Amino acid sequence: MNKILLIIRREYLSRVKKKSFLLITFLVPIFLIAVYAIAILLAVKSFESNQATVQVIDQSGLFEGKLHDTETITFVETSGNVSDARAGIRGAEKKLLLIIPENITETSRVELLSSEMANVGTQKTISGQLEGVLRDIAFEKAGIDRRTVEAIRPSVTIEARELTPEGEKQSSAEATVGIAMTLSIVVYICLFLYGTQVMRGVIEEKNNRIIEVIISSVKPFQLMMGKIIGIGLVGLTQFILWIILSATLMGGARMAIMDDMTIEQVAATQEQMPSGGKPAAYGDVMQALNTVNFQEIIIGFLLYFFGGYLLYSALFAAVGSAVDSETETQQFTFPITLPLLFAYILSFGVLVNDPNGPLSFWLSMIPLTSPIAMLVRIPFGVPTWQLVLSFALLAGGFVLTTWIAARIYRIGILMYGKKASYKELIKWFRYKG
Amino acid sequence: MLEIRNIVKQYANHLALDNISTHIAKGSIFGLLGPNGAGKTSLIRIINQITAPDSGEVYMDGERLGPKHIGRIGYLPEERGLYKKMEIGEQMCYLAQLKGLRRQEAVERIKHWFEKMEMQSWWNKKIEDLSKGMQQKVQFVATVVHQPDLIILDEPFSGFDPVNANIIKEEILALNRNGATIIFSTHRMESVEELCDSIILINKSKKILDGKVKAIKDTYRTNTYRVEYFSRDKPVTGVDDLFSVSSRETVEDRTVLTINIAGGRTINDVLTYLIPLVQLHELKEIVPSIHDIFVDKVTQKKPSTAIETNQ
Repeated sequence: MNKILLIIRREYLSRVKKKSFLLITFLVPIFLIAVYAIAILLAVKSFESNQATVQVIDQSGLFEGKLHDTETITFVETSGNVSDARAGIRGAEKKLLLIIPENITETSRVELLSSEMANVGTQKTISGQLEGVLRDIAFEKAGIDRRTVEAIRPSVTIEARELTPEGEKQSSAEATVGIAMTLSIVVYICLFLYGTQVMRGVIEEKNNRIIEVIISSVKPFQLMMGKIIGIGLVGLTQFILWIILSATLMGGARMAIMDDMTIEQVAATQEQMPSGGKPAAYGDVMQALNTVNFQEIIIGFLLYFFGGYLLYSALFAAVGSAVDSETETQQFTFPITLPLLFAYILSFGVLVNDPNGPLSFWLSMIPLTSPIAMLVRIPFGVPTWQLVLSFALLAGGFVLTTWIAARIYRIGILMYGKKASYKELIKWFRYKG
Repeated sequence: MLEIRNIVKQYANHLALDNISTHIAKGSIFGLLGPNGAGKTSLIRIINQITAPDSGEVYMDGERLGPKHIGRIGYLPEERGLYKKMEIGEQMCYLAQLKGLRRQEAVERIKHWFEKMEMQSWWNKKIEDLSKGMQQKVQFVATVVHQPDLIILDEPFSGFDPVNANIIKEEILALNRNGATIIFSTHRMESVEELCDSIILINKSKKILDGKVKAIKDTYRTNTYRVEYFSRDKPVTGVDDLFSVSSRETVEDRTVLTINIAGGRTINDVLTYLIPLVQLHELKEIVPSIHDIFVDKVTQKKPSTAIETNQ
């Protein structure tokens, strides 16, 4: 037991001390935060760049006093002639010239001139206001009271609430789906990444020929488990550091960008914006995220990542022991990762759309697919008994694959220059002692 | 020290060890000899508990070989290798700790060895920064740092330049004088012949012979002598019932004969005959080398294999 700890310690320290580990550990959250920050900055920037003054030359005379200034647009009615106005905006920033022709009611066409391409939001706002005015005129002509129309235009708002044993809780399908997808991607990539690291480690020891020295001191099983656990702990360390760093940086970044605006204020500002076309307003996302149980997700993620990792890395270790170089691994790693790939692909369609259906249920029970399938389901809420059963099966699956892998591993690490085939692996598995 | 009883090891399609038994005395230097592929490494792996025999047992100091003996054995495999990217001092510590040493103890011993072998400055270096010969030295230290009672060296001198080979040889002999039992495994029989007290010869997974080197050589003595005398004397020819001459060579003023003494006669009888005839210069018994014995033994059984198995 003591020797396993020594091996774990070496595997862990030799990787954590590497420059590449530190680099990745610190760069990934910074990168994520940077993306996040840039997104917010761009949003703020575009809000600012929406500010514009629009000179209106209304040749129809229908719009006098009917265009309202908004947060971003100031309308200035002018009566001067077109060519003068044109000259006035040439080269000017954030100045636009709106020319409404006499026959606007027939053509529904206006000209918007500016020295630089007019912002889409601005265009939308202008056309929206023009449409509103034209509609009112049309209503009037048809003899319909505008208030009647507004009264008969129904508007439905869905307030999704989930019934849970603790009572009702607000749920946000979009946020949950987003989180489920992210988890599925992260687990898929990480299982691959760390499983391959185990495989590389085994090949390295085999190629270095240090293997014989070590297994004259410890049992092959101890070496294999030590390596698997050591590298797994490296993965967990990395995740925990990522979570802590991201949370800290995220907090910092939010402060820096928002100054002392609160989230509610931001949300409020955005709701006031007349151009309702802004996709999933920032405040809404934050609110939706608040409804998700992050604690459960993080714990579930760490448990399922580690369980899935143990299961798969044992298989990767067996593959590493059977080959002489990394180039030969392809034929063995592909079938191993197939179930993983399967669950990963399904997670985008079936699992997310029907997280409690029979396929989702079975995929989240089978140990080979449960690390991805169950994680995708967790944000939607999974009954406790299913969680317990699925995790127990995962643990059992891990014991089984480790046992199989260890039997191949102990023979494989001493075999050199022999092209391993599946037949050969089965033979190794059957060797006694 | 080590008692090996009826070891059989079968691999998928060949028998690696066929009922091997031998005894290795405490404090001796033991030669495990045989051509490549004879089964030496298979036997070593069993002693190191890397693999288990299909049948048969190994006893160490009267006890069935088990995990508790691991720390008492030091093993230098034929294929040398260490972690390329790990610092040497740290790596040595790790290997010593795996053999059961406490860290403090390991550090002290390693420092001691590094001083002795003049490699103090290597502590923070990486293996990949060292030359092949230096790597071998490091590996040797790794083998003996935990003060094993039994040191198993598989092809120990391959890869060393003559100077370093000699240093290592001296260190091994010193360890032996301090009580360690040494097993040399090699196919280059002449390289360890003069070092070994006892040997086992294996070929094609079978034991050919084993025992004390002296006793083996005595058994294989052929009563052949080399006689050198001054050529100005009357040429010597064979005498029935006393000796026959199997080769004759004259270099400048000396003649060298190889003679075989007839059964029942001794070298003294030959001398009594020769002394009045010639001025003797040198007389020496020609003792067969282990290699000769090996070839002889193998040829008796299967003449065709003798040449190809000879290195």
